[in-house]
Amino acid sequence: MPKELPSKKTHVGRLGYSYRRNLHERFIESILFLSALLSVVIMLAIVVMLVKESVVFFQHVSIWEFLTDTQWTPLFDDAHYGILPLVAGTVVSSVVALLVALPLGTIIAIYLSEFAPFAVREVAKPFLELLGGIPTVVYGYFALLFVTPLLQIIFPELPGFSLLSAGLVMGIMIIPYVSSMTEDAMRAVPMQLREGSYAMGATRFQTAIRVVTPAAFSGIAAAYILGISRAVGETMVVAIAAGMQPNLTWNPMEPAATITAYIVQVSLGDLPHGSVGYQTIFAAGLTLLLITLVFNIIGHLLRKRYREIY
Amino acid sequence: MITGIIALMIAILTFIALFAQMLIDGMPRLSWDFFTSFPSRRPESAGILSAWVGTTLVMLVTAVSAVPLGVGAGVYLEEYAPKNLFTEIIEINVTNLAGVPSIIYGLLALGLFVYQLGFGQSILAAGLALALLILPVVIVATREAIRSIPIAIREGAYALGATKWQTVSDHLLPYSSAGILTGIIIGLARAIGETAPIITIGALTFIAFLPPSPITDEFPYISFEWLTAPFTVMPIQMFNWVSRPEEAFQLNAAAAGLVLVVMTLTMNGLAIYLRYRMRKNIKW
Amino acid sequence: MQKSTEINQYKSEVKNLSFYYGTFNALKNIDMVLHDKKITALIGPSGCGKSTFLRCFNRMHDLYPGNRYEGDIMLYPDNVNILLPRVDPIEVRMRISMVFQKPNPFPKSIYENVAYGLRVRGIKQRAILDEKIEDALRNAALWDEVKDRLNDLAFNLSGGQQQRLCIARALATDPEILLFDEPTSALDPIATASIEELIADLKDKVTILIVTHNMQQAARVSDYTAYMYLGELIEFDETDTIFIKPKNKQTEDYITGRFG
Repeated sequence: MPKELPSKKTHVGRLGYSYRRNLHERFIESILFLSALLSVVIMLAIVVMLVKESVVFFQHVSIWEFLTDTQWTPLFDDAHYGILPLVAGTVVSSVVALLVALPLGTIIAIYLSEFAPFAVREVAKPFLELLGGIPTVVYGYFALLFVTPLLQIIFPELPGFSLLSAGLVMGIMIIPYVSSMTEDAMRAVPMQLREGSYAMGATRFQTAIRVVTPAAFSGIAAAYILGISRAVGETMVVAIAAGMQPNLTWNPMEPAATITAYIVQVSLGDLPHGSVGYQTIFAAGLTLLLITLVFNIIGHLLRKRYREIY
Repeated sequence: MITGIIALMIAILTFIALFAQMLIDGMPRLSWDFFTSFPSRRPESAGILSAWVGTTLVMLVTAVSAVPLGVGAGVYLEEYAPKNLFTEIIEINVTNLAGVPSIIYGLLALGLFVYQLGFGQSILAAGLALALLILPVVIVATREAIRSIPIAIREGAYALGATKWQTVSDHLLPYSSAGILTGIIIGLARAIGETAPIITIGALTFIAFLPPSPITDEFPYISFEWLTAPFTVMPIQMFNWVSRPEEAFQLNAAAAGLVLVVMTLTMNGLAIYLRYRMRKNIKW
Repeated sequence: MQKSTEINQYKSEVKNLSFYYGTFNALKNIDMVLHDKKITALIGPSGCGKSTFLRCFNRMHDLYPGNRYEGDIMLYPDNVNILLPRVDPIEVRMRISMVFQKPNPFPKSIYENVAYGLRVRGIKQRAILDEKIEDALRNAALWDEVKDRLNDLAFNLSGGQQQRLCIARALATDPEILLFDEPTSALDPIATASIEELIADLKDKVTILIVTHNMQQAARVSDYTAYMYLGELIEFDETDTIFIKPKNKQTEDYITGRFG
């Protein structure tokens, strides 16, 4: 607000706005607003960048071919651009990972939230957090050089690169993520619900399974869905341990590339800026972004719902 | 109950196996020379000098750009933002950004920083990519830390005639600094281990030289040439060694992984400790 | 300026004040005055709007969206309605200070707590700060207890001491009106007595408006009392009149404890 002039109908004298102070405050507010706005700009930039390069890509390759061709060989002379092999690799490795992460993550969450003594919880929670902080490239190393040889003892025919080994390690990697969100959801369930159950003679176990878990349903579902999104977007473990060759298979014992692994493979090479090969990674990236975005939005809506209930 | 303990044991055992594997393979390689040598064709004389220097410089760029932007955005959303549709869009967007796979940030950086803005495959491009990646972490930590300060403190400051910014800078930020710091450390620990976005930028994996020094002996004694220099970082160096078929290089990978894990565990551990102390010292 | 000499017994005059939280009408057409260098108490059952009314005087409601004032709170001798949008709430708060229900010292040293209002006003010279802080702490009857540990954290003080520190903090900037929002509700009886004594001593220096849920407290410390109910001012008069022969039946019922 500008400085008051004495001619205005009511003179507010020294109680009026200080022009300098006001300007200073507005200036700072604008800067803070711009930093908040940046998050929107980043999102837009991601979408624009991926769409822009993908549009050029889809001028070379029809969307039909992209969605139905069963081969992904953009760098060969006989180029095929079917995303299916990459999607299959992503789905298989994610399913393996989730088969590990969801049950184990849930069991750990139920244990920590409903059964564990205070001391165990105080130690286990930061420990899980530390586990979640280990770089993914280290997990990749672990999958390739520890888990794969171990699995080869059981399945001698298992190749050096496999979706199984990558998926298992990815699953372990996602456990802390799933368990901490599931536990948050379960802790948000009010104590009265549990007490009501105990009052009717239910055991701790019955209460946890029949009362707390259903009550925390939408929160647990959110944890699962965000876990899926993590698995789908994970890169280094699969790039290292599952191999980087596109291979249309639903068999976890085979090597195959995921969407993310393909992007890594191309980036490691020396593709000229503007070539079709360069554009493929943006088309692959756009596919990945759309998949994870859908999961993330569903996950956040579910999370919001459980926060509203209690 | 017992299944719970078993599940927890699986997580713990995996961690022990992972650490043991790296320790057995990598420990013999860890020597002073390993830290002061460049990567080499001969595994026994290869080291991580360019990698840890690169990591340090990239983290510098990341911290310098992500911290002010993230804290600023957090302050805005928590203290300034009016309750309207636009604010809600920003908030939803921040949660969404947190869920975008890291490799997508790499693609953004490749298209935008490397080519569009012409930064090239440089420390600057990598640092900015990682800054965008950890921005949501810093924003969320800032908001949570500020939110935990009671209204009474804000009102006390306003009642004395403080402006909004005075209230924020004299009270809210100092009192929430431990919480914000925790978030920054967790964010940087994540950035330090990120590999995918940096590969996407097209960072070279064989770098046998150091970027130009930020400190020079000529006036003005400080140089920003290093920002545009090619580089490598710890996780890239490790990835490079893991992908080599020769076992000797995989030992190097284990050693590099060991250094990397110790770095991230130390940072995360520091963050957990800070949070624990904060909870103990909480005064309101 | 001539007008102000005519009414110089008033520090402030409330004319037809209404206040809305969104669509909820929390204060209805209030008329009242604050006598200069006197203590005025606001009493009434909880939810009657007395704290809401108090917080109009330093435009505290401006901090939250959706709040709306109607009517005037005239501040003298300026003869300005402080509720005008063109009046900066910060300027108002610089002259009308407030002490809250619960002690709310900043997590800083005792010295910095009292200094904050002065620092906001741009005072930096150590000598001036030292002097003003000593005065304020003396006026808040806290100096002798803290003079040797001004750099200690304010949180280390007892509840009563913290509230006196908050009073010192409010006094340091020489306010013209001091608002108290149930200042003893979080304190034990001994600390309460010392705060009440302090408030009574302060009226030579400053005009005081105090909200209290405790009728005895109003009777003990105030010169004027206003009884509020459901957002309306039912009766306003000298404290003795209100407590001995109230004109309004509702007030009498409340005072005598038949209601409330």
